[in-house]
Amino acid sequence: MALLEVNNLCISFGGLRAVDDFNITIEKGELYGLIGPNGAGKTTVFNLLTGVYKPNEGIIRLDGEDITRKSTIEINHAGVARTFQNIRLFKNMPVIDNVKVGLNERFKYSTLEGILHLGKYRKVEKEIDDEAMRLLKVFDLDSERDTLAANLPYGKQRKLEIARAMATNPKLLLLDEPAAGMNPNETKELMETIALVRSKFDMTILLIEHDMKLVSGICEKLTVLNFGRVLCQGETKEVLANPEVITAYLGG
Amino acid sequence: MSFLTYLISGLSLGSIYAIIALGYTMVYGIAKMLNFAHGDFIMVGCYIIFSVSGALAGNSLVGIVVAIILCTLLGITTEFVAYRPLRGAASPLAVLITAIGVSYFLENVALLIFGADIKSFTSVIKWEGLTFADGQLRIQGVTIVTILVSLLVLLVLQTFIKRTKQGQAMLAVAEDKGAAALMGINVNQTIMLTFAIGSALAAIAGALLCSAYPSLSPYTGAMPGIKAFVAAVLGGIGSIPGAMIGGLLLGIVEILSKTYISSQLSDAIVFGILVIVLLVRPTGILGKVIQEKV
Repeated sequence: MALLEVNNLCISFGGLRAVDDFNITIEKGELYGLIGPNGAGKTTVFNLLTGVYKPNEGIIRLDGEDITRKSTIEINHAGVARTFQNIRLFKNMPVIDNVKVGLNERFKYSTLEGILHLGKYRKVEKEIDDEAMRLLKVFDLDSERDTLAANLPYGKQRKLEIARAMATNPKLLLLDEPAAGMNPNETKELMETIALVRSKFDMTILLIEHDMKLVSGICEKLTVLNFGRVLCQGETKEVLANPEVITAYLGG
Repeated sequence: MSFLTYLISGLSLGSIYAIIALGYTMVYGIAKMLNFAHGDFIMVGCYIIFSVSGALAGNSLVGIVVAIILCTLLGITTEFVAYRPLRGAASPLAVLITAIGVSYFLENVALLIFGADIKSFTSVIKWEGLTFADGQLRIQGVTIVTILVSLLVLLVLQTFIKRTKQGQAMLAVAEDKGAAALMGINVNQTIMLTFAIGSALAAIAGALLCSAYPSLSPYTGAMPGIKAFVAAVLGGIGSIPGAMIGGLLLGIVEILSKTYISSQLSDAIVFGILVIVLLVRPTGILGKVIQEKV
């Protein structure tokens, strides 16, 4: 069974069909790319997958479970985590606290225990702290644990966003233009981070990207969106060789 | 010596403002809304203590506990019924106007139940206080308790927000509701908890306020509520230490200007200071100065 199965997804804003008859099937462990010109509807697809927008039609299944009408929070708990095109870290919080926010719903103690620092409070907070540090170590951010997220260099902010998403323990990770605004060195490091996430966590990843070097370098499969519709779908090499795709990108 | 006495009584009044301001500032900082009914939660708390203590022949401790519980429930209910449905509203004015409506609603319900006549409130603090320097300096028990309670509240609130997962969720929601939801944080529940804590603080403030100024009417909470709002803005709304500093400052200025300048002008002076501070530092004393990138 596929990890993510999307059928006939549609959404309109006013008269505009932003996403029309979108289909995608992603197998467990795949690294899948979603590409297309600006305004093609890529981020809208991400917003539909994470429950930020509700589709007019269509069905989204994660691991066989229908998540189409669920709330953002429920979808996250079901196992979808994401990053954002324009980084949306909690900038006034330290690096480690950003990861802890991602861990928040996975660890439980009551508010009263929290106020009084009693009961499970100490034990669970220690577990949260340990788990956060473990994640920061994986992403090589442990030396920055107390730095405010806003003060991190750009590349590390991107990395922290991925670490925070991973903290929610997802089955599927959505990366929205992770290489946007990066220099070639940072992009190279990002590719290593993505490879790390795959090997270490066995993660299934869907990413939106414009950087063709990155896309052709790491994605196994691609879907090309143009004007809200799927233009082409399949193995990366075949898709990139498709004349229609070249036309859409370079203009006819 | 008398200056010291006035300063201490200013600190005491300021501590009450500070506890109320903490409620304002928390709700504003996290839910991004001004709960103008906050002052009336204080009044509700006072009436509950008044009624319960009356029924139990002066056992005010039970009264305070009941008031804290009922005010917490009132805060949760108000948030759920009146504010939550408007959270997605196009204009933030909708929820602001609703808050004013809730304020009038509570005042009029109190008027209906308890009538307009001023009730005399028996102080919940029975301690006489301390005397220093051969009786020249007397500090009342209620003054000492008020100051200590406000410091304790500040401390507990700060550690709760900084050191617990619920507090962290609050900070995350304060910064970016959308991103917090996408990280699995239950935004509605977090905002509800904020209201619950803010309302519990209102009940505590009520007990202290009516102990220091023992007259109770349906409008008891209105003026302290507005002044605490001023204190929160003065300190930098959204900032917890700011609310404390703003509250203390306001209390001291009010008492000193009442004593040395004019008791009629004291409110004018208090609000005048607000205007001046906002002209010089629009974000308040501890508020973050947000620099717009060009």
